[in-house]
Amino acid sequence: MSRNRAIPSSVLLRPSRLQKAGRAALVLLALLFLAGFLILPVVAVFSQAFSQGWRMYSDSIVQQDVLSALRLTCLVAAIAVPLNVVFGIAASWAITRFEFPGKSLMITMIDIPLSVSPVVAGMMYVEVFGLHGWLGPWLMEHNLHVIFAVPGIVLATVFVTCPFVARELIPFMQAQGSDEEIAAVVLGANGWNLFWRVTLPNIKWALLYGTILAASRSIGEFGAVSVVSGHIRGKTTTLPLEVEMLYNEYNFTAAFAAASLLTVAAIVTLAIKKIVEGTTGVHREIEEQEAES
Amino acid sequence: MPVKLAISPRTSVRPWSFGPKSSPLPGFRLSFAFTAVYMTIIVFIPLAAIVLHGARAGFGAFLHTILAPRVLASYRVTLGSAAAAALLSAVFGMLLAWVLARYSFPGKSIVDALVDLPFALPTAVAGISLTALYAEHGWIGRYLEPHGIHVAFTPIGIVMAMAFVGFPFVVRSVQPVLEDLDPAMEEAAASLGASSWQRFTRIIAPVSFPALLTGSALAFARAAGEYGSVIFIAGNMPMKTEITALLIVTKLEEYDYTGAAAIASAMLALSFTIMLLVNILQWWVQKREGQRV
Repeated sequence: MSRNRAIPSSVLLRPSRLQKAGRAALVLLALLFLAGFLILPVVAVFSQAFSQGWRMYSDSIVQQDVLSALRLTCLVAAIAVPLNVVFGIAASWAITRFEFPGKSLMITMIDIPLSVSPVVAGMMYVEVFGLHGWLGPWLMEHNLHVIFAVPGIVLATVFVTCPFVARELIPFMQAQGSDEEIAAVVLGANGWNLFWRVTLPNIKWALLYGTILAASRSIGEFGAVSVVSGHIRGKTTTLPLEVEMLYNEYNFTAAFAAASLLTVAAIVTLAIKKIVEGTTGVHREIEEQEAES
Repeated sequence: MPVKLAISPRTSVRPWSFGPKSSPLPGFRLSFAFTAVYMTIIVFIPLAAIVLHGARAGFGAFLHTILAPRVLASYRVTLGSAAAAALLSAVFGMLLAWVLARYSFPGKSIVDALVDLPFALPTAVAGISLTALYAEHGWIGRYLEPHGIHVAFTPIGIVMAMAFVGFPFVVRSVQPVLEDLDPAMEEAAASLGASSWQRFTRIIAPVSFPALLTGSALAFARAAGEYGSVIFIAGNMPMKTEITALLIVTKLEEYDYTGAAAIASAMLALSFTIMLLVNILQWWVQKREGQRV
């Protein structure tokens, strides 16, 4: 997204000294806002986590509960993200390569999880799989547990992260068009070859970008997971839920130590995102293709 | 000649058909069926479950639940704070978008990446961190408390948390519009003697206004449904600082599933209204752009 486009350089728009001062003031104001509003909270996480020293920090992290929460968070992401990658590819293939009635309805449906409150998202699955829900009695009979168990957490995570890959791929594949794919089919490629040799190499960066967003959200999801989890220590607490529980027990150092792991994950996400954007210009490519057509 | 290769990249390949014979590209049935089934299971059925459960109690009981004094107070807190947060996001989001799109300064690409931090940082982490900052002895709170400004555990704290998660929406909506603004328009205006203030109010403001409105609406929607970052800083006093999302969780914990479903349906109605408004806004933007070209 960072296109260091040249600033209008015409003689007519050359800034006066007063305007230059104004610009500097605006930049300064923006930087101050960013420092106080975004950077300070991140610094506060680490400062609180290390407030009792390194030993306390490492002790808080290697606790059994924190480690099992970390494992569960990784497990949930490892299931939810691949599912949504497959969904994203299927949805964008159907939507960008074919015409069918109800297409715009389908695009709107994909956006729904982004506008629904996470708490409502979690509650939907309680309504379907909970004890008083539609499938609750049947699940009970067969001794299957979805709500207050890992499957419910996975479902809630799948819901909140399902738009990310599709939303990256749809505009990208729309802009790219299908000429190369049609050429491959005309030359005799079957569906399998078409996907692995033509489509996937073309979309790989946009796909990676969407996957990163989905992974980041599935690691950090709180509201939806909180409703379906039941907060059973060591069994159904993900890392964000463990942060909440430690915090509510006034175990602040441990809460911030666990939070620092999530903060590092967030910073790594931003860095990878920036690299993908910078080296490949995912967004620039879309815009250039749109400009050409 | 079986295939026409001169297909505009913007339009899809062939009109509606379920047969692979009439479209050169394979995989429509598979990708369409997978997408439709996935959306039905993950999004559609659970959504229907909530709305139907909310309605099952009957219209009178439904109204009684969603219009109870404590619930009404939670709407006031949620919507009022979300509106204030959207306004704050609009002001600072516009500032950041402007600075990023028009000026170059050292560290700009880092600033650009940092804007996405609230998307990447788990909401629970943001929540405890903001609380630590604005609490009585926190880094920011200790300078505000002596002046009688209480942020943590008051509606101001709720607004701060909501603005934190909301303002990137404004930046990411406005920034591309400002970057794509043709410098020739401003040069033409300047050559005709327009002052920089006139250029701003007559050219830049009208062009970027719909994007600003879209971004603010998205920020408002996110803020209204927000849970994780708000509950830690809110204090959660019924009638005063209790948000609607938390009230749903409270009802669930009291096993009042019908009440929770009724309030969740009300929140869903709000989400869909905002989604509709955003779609109308975007349609309006596209129409205007069409006219300009």
